[in-house]
Amino acid sequence: MQNAWIVATMVAVIAGVVGFFVVLRGSAFPAHAIPNGAFAGAAGAVLVGVSSLLGLGVFAVLSALGIGSLGRRGRHDVATALALVAMLACGAAFLSRTTEYAPEIFSLLFGEVLGVSTTELLPVAGLGAACLLAVAVLYRPLLLSSVMPEIAEAKGVRSDRIEIAFLIVLALATAMTVPVVGALLIFSLMIGPPAAARALTPRPGAAIALSVALALITVWAAIALSYQTNWPIGFFVGTISALAYGLGRGWNAARTHHHQLPHSATFTDASSPGSPAPPLGQRRQKRRRPI
Amino acid sequence: MRPAAQHHPHVRALAVDGVSVTLGGRRILDEVAFTVQRGQFTGLIGSNGAGKTTLLRVILGLQRPHAGRVLLAGRPRARRNRSIGYVPQKVGLDPDLPMRARDLVELGIDGHRLGIARPSPARRELVAEMLAAVDAERFADSRVGRLSGGEQQRILIAHALVARPQLLLLDEPLANLDLRSGQEIVSLLDRIATEHEIAVLLSVHEMNPLLSVMDRVVYLAGGRAVSGTTDQVIRSDVLSGLYGHRVEVLHVAGRILVVAGGPAATNGSPDGLPGAAPLPDAR
Ligand SMILES: Nc1ncnc2c1ncn2[C@@H]1O[C@H](COP(=O)(O)OP(=O)(O)OP(=O)(O)O)[C@@H](O)[C@H]1O
Ligand SMILES: [Mg+2]
Repeated sequence: MQNAWIVATMVAVIAGVVGFFVVLRGSAFPAHAIPNGAFAGAAGAVLVGVSSLLGLGVFAVLSALGIGSLGRRGRHDVATALALVAMLACGAAFLSRTTEYAPEIFSLLFGEVLGVSTTELLPVAGLGAACLLAVAVLYRPLLLSSVMPEIAEAKGVRSDRIEIAFLIVLALATAMTVPVVGALLIFSLMIGPPAAARALTPRPGAAIALSVALALITVWAAIALSYQTNWPIGFFVGTISALAYGLGRGWNAARTHHHQLPHSATFTDASSPGSPAPPLGQRRQKRRRPI
Repeated sequence: MRPAAQHHPHVRALAVDGVSVTLGGRRILDEVAFTVQRGQFTGLIGSNGAGKTTLLRVILGLQRPHAGRVLLAGRPRARRNRSIGYVPQKVGLDPDLPMRARDLVELGIDGHRLGIARPSPARRELVAEMLAAVDAERFADSRVGRLSGGEQQRILIAHALVARPQLLLLDEPLANLDLRSGQEIVSLLDRIATEHEIAVLLSVHEMNPLLSVMDRVVYLAGGRAVSGTTDQVIRSDVLSGLYGHRVEVLHVAGRILVVAGGPAATNGSPDGLPGAAPLPDAR
């Protein structure tokens, strides 16, 4: 049980950090495709009897390289889709021969944190440290090329290399997280908390910290609930992530509204359908007036 | 006009020397040549598709020219040259981008370097100074993707300036701005060119907003360019030669209009270069 908390904590930190850049770069589709490709690798590993983490890692990196090299100039939805279907096809083939491992396959898809053994912790920790180190090294050029790719190129940042490097980081993050939250739901942990975080703060550093914090809350709550109810942990991760995102958006929408008030105070309440009740708006407007 | 800058040929910031570019089998730029001095404000004028963006990309090293070369401060441009500030035509910042205007400017200091920047008072001061230089303190803490077009333009200029470039390239910074914001940006850039002693090269498809501040003009049409002062370039004979057909330059109420004016030039120089003989005014 203690192992579950440790591994989930590591997974949340990585998902929160890497997910921030996934959302920033609009790489949600690769973030969905790579775990599913990796799942096929794990199924293959189960089939031939090697560590499923190895299968996950190899297939995740292969998917990332395929997406990165086939995609052109940041547009890789077609390459991503092709990588995804190719990997799923392999997965289907491997699965058809490994019926006796159904529980293990199920846990790869939907997550199984409670059965993590101490020997499994080390590779996860290693992959996690590698991911964090890579993000720290790439931080500035990754940020610049995500936000303004043309300016980054003009400053000598090789966007294509940054892209491949980031996809590999994403693949490593995937390999370590899939056994815990599952291939189908890792995506939610990499999108929900960072998306909520960026709605809540306009500072990049704070958004990363908040993203990690929300991811931690999500997995901790998910473990506790999963333990209580015996439902798969992935179910809770998915629903809590979505909930966090919804709340973040809602809070942001309310804030944006009162930010805009000073500019268009006379028209806002009449023209915007989703405006909050006038007393709230007026109260907030007063508080902001000193600017 | 700033004669002081013009009388110092050694402060030449940029020389474009016989640059030709062919894209998709089409000659986009044809032996384009001009120079830009430090402290000068140069307008790069051309209609849609004239090759302004392509030319700026060549100067930045993002597009390899098929002939010719680019000299920066007298030397051939290094493959990675960061002494150029660049404000692209389209930036398209996500409204939800978790970045304040201030953070975007800070990224201009060393956003290309590996690693994480350590916050320091010196960095904060530098950013504040740039925000002040573009008159953007008011919205420095707003989400940059939600600023208006003119406000974003200022932030992008500050982002480019904070690295202390010798040359500042702006690709159609006035598109999407109303007349007043456009004028504000133009006089801001004029001030920056003088105060920071940097060369400003700004592309537009409509030259009138620049008339009061331009030291020099580079006029692009049909892949070729003529350059000089406004009075040297914006003339019926010169532009007729460049376009290869008769155009008229009309001065109306302090504005300049370039209008197509009659049959193709047949008695100009064979390659249609500037200096074509005056044409009969017949239609
Ligand atoms: N990669 C490319 N392949 C083929 N043609 C291209 C390519 N890039 C640009 N062109 C063509 O080169 C010409 C010049 O394009 P450019 O973007 O430089 O024009 P521009 O002066 O910046 O126009 P605008 O004012 O519309 O921005 C256009 O006709 C365009 O279609
Ligand atoms: Mg252009």
